[in-house]
Amino acid sequence: MSVLPDGAHSDGARPDGAHPDGAHSDIAPPRASVHSPLSDGEWHRLHPLTPLFRGGFFLVVIAGIVIANLRDRLIGTFLPFFVPDAAPTEDWSYGDPLDWIFENDLIPLAGIIVLGIVALLIAGFYLSWRWHTFRITEDQVEVRSGILFRTQRRAPLDRVQGVNLTRPLFARLVGMGKLEVVGAGLDANVKLEYLSTADAEEVRADILRLASGARLARTEPSTGAVGSRAHAVTSAVSNGITGLINGAEEPAGEPESVVHIPVGRLIASHVLSGGTVGLLLLIIGVVIASAFGATWALFTLIPAIIGFGAYWFSQIVKALRYSIAPTPDGVRITFGLFTTVTETLPPGRVHAVEISQSILWRPAGWWMIRINRLTGRSATDTTTDQFTTVLPVGTRDDVERVLRLLLPGTPDEEWPLIFEHGILGPGKEDPYTNTPGRARIIRPFSWRRNGFLLAPHAMLLRRGVIWRKLGIFPFARLQSFALHQGPVDRMLRVATGRVQTVSGPVWGTLAAIDRDAALGLFEDVARSAVAAASVDRSHRWREEQWGEQR
Amino acid sequence: MTNTPDQTPGPERSPSITDPVANRGLDAGTFTELREPRREARLALADGTWHQISPKYVWVQLISSGIAVVVVVVALLFLTLFLQQTWAWIPGGVLLVILLWMIAIVPRQARAYGYQLREDDLVFRRGILWQRFVAVPYGRMQLVDITHGPLDRGFGIAQLKLVTAAASTGVVIPGLPQDTAEDLRDVLIEVAETRRTGL
Repeated sequence: MSVLPDGAHSDGARPDGAHPDGAHSDIAPPRASVHSPLSDGEWHRLHPLTPLFRGGFFLVVIAGIVIANLRDRLIGTFLPFFVPDAAPTEDWSYGDPLDWIFENDLIPLAGIIVLGIVALLIAGFYLSWRWHTFRITEDQVEVRSGILFRTQRRAPLDRVQGVNLTRPLFARLVGMGKLEVVGAGLDANVKLEYLSTADAEEVRADILRLASGARLARTEPSTGAVGSRAHAVTSAVSNGITGLINGAEEPAGEPESVVHIPVGRLIASHVLSGGTVGLLLLIIGVVIASAFGATWALFTLIPAIIGFGAYWFSQIVKALRYSIAPTPDGVRITFGLFTTVTETLPPGRVHAVEISQSILWRPAGWWMIRINRLTGRSATDTTTDQFTTVLPVGTRDDVERVLRLLLPGTPDEEWPLIFEHGILGPGKEDPYTNTPGRARIIRPFSWRRNGFLLAPHAMLLRRGVIWRKLGIFPFARLQSFALHQGPVDRMLRVATGRVQTVSGPVWGTLAAIDRDAALGLFEDVARSAVAAASVDRSHRWREEQWGEQR
Repeated sequence: MTNTPDQTPGPERSPSITDPVANRGLDAGTFTELREPRREARLALADGTWHQISPKYVWVQLISSGIAVVVVVVALLFLTLFLQQTWAWIPGGVLLVILLWMIAIVPRQARAYGYQLREDDLVFRRGILWQRFVAVPYGRMQLVDITHGPLDRGFGIAQLKLVTAAASTGVVIPGLPQDTAEDLRDVLIEVAETRRTGL
């Protein structure tokens, strides 16, 4: 391995040059750029109610099981007049551990054991809370946790891919939430569970501000004094209840959502899905089968319908209360009825965007927007869907507004290429390079639409007729570009192009491009990607502003 | 390393990878002629010199495939002669045909591997019937892996893998002479470091 020469760090991560060798500092962030007392570079503990939410429900469940099992016994002991049979002692004379304890006079011992276990659990929860600390320094966020096995996790702030605030229903009741700092990698997130919502909002803003490269505070630091712990708890509870009643817990001063999804449209969009078609086909098949004598087939419908209902319900509930709004530190997306998730996606973290429409949605004119981004979850995590669907369903105007948020650097002359020609096309004077007619066998339905366009800042891939799709791949985020050509392709003189970005729901494969166009594309994309990457500074998105202000 | 960058790194002052001195030795002991599809509609880049892999790669592949063939045949003979399980020839035969086919095409395949070190990116190619070209900008490389198994070590070759943030990039250059692999890795890391941007 070659020793890296001095000054090889050109990522521009630190304009002040304070720590040139990547040595992480324990230096507190500048007072002016943080607002929360929790992000002052010192170690802090999480919210005192944390053990209740992390492990408390486990205890409640155990207690519930014990009580359920002893129900008869408790009723017999405390409410004897409810027991229909007046001779309870005979029923429990054997096989019940409680009777065994009573008969052998072991009540004190059993009590001590039970108390000991409870005390141990409480002590465990208390210690795990006490030793679970975090700090936010100038250039990283760090968490320490564990009693026997200590773990320590640091995440560099200039690689932060977003900050999510998740508020499960019960935690929301008392005004608390989980903060998740999204890192670049599998299972790379730093979780702060739980913080009070107000603290979490401030810490989130601080993290993003530090990550942005800005060294100036926008507003005066808040001077709210930290109250007593009891006061904190009661105020958290009352605020949480107020927030739950009012519905929206948006902090004051946040911009309003640019898109509003009516509940009816949300439900209809889920009903008009491929799954529904499958269900209808199944019903038809079953009805026909039962008409021909196989009546037992009717029973297979019941689990299918129940499963479908549950799936729809969970999908719709997750997408309810959707809002998307611009903030200085990125796009802020909120969704979820019971578990509310608020994620902030800083600029330059969108690796690919796809606008899609199934044929079922076409009469209604609805579209869906999904993105490729680094979610920092492990590969097996099934909840990443929520973090990649940016617009679950929207009209064309909604799509336009959301795209302008997601791709802020796009020049004005590029929007028609995306909207008129890309999403709806092909129309007259189509600027896209499409599949040549000789290769229509590869894309028999969509060959007129199947094409690409090199816009100044991004590559646009237009595909599909039944599933209309437009993929937008910003050059600054492109990882690599590949061309494939199999024997059939070669006979038809075409090739397949593949844009490679971080993994996600958006695929960048475009089949059946003219061979010469593909080779030209290969050169152009490679050149544009390098050029865009070398000037891109969106991972420190406020650095330039800071330079100007200075 | 052939040159030391200045104190102010940046895309314009990075070590030039197309420098002939930097590429010295990349072609020592490798194939000299690239094998391409015959059809004129094949994929081909207009310019640039392709560096190729070592012929020893063919031997390594032949030996490992040969060992697999022997293992399969022995297993089949054992099953049929001692256990009278003649059905084993059905999956075993399929496996043998695939292995023999692989052995037959390895010499051609190995000549189709190639890579170019261009000004700003690395281009990798492989395959004849199914051609694949990939361009990876240097700044996108997250790490460079070198692996060599026992057979590779015996023949003095190594496999170089480029990893980007995209899982599908999949640039794996097998059969590089070991010195070349290490030189290439050092050059790539140095250049990647000077051009790194956000993800």
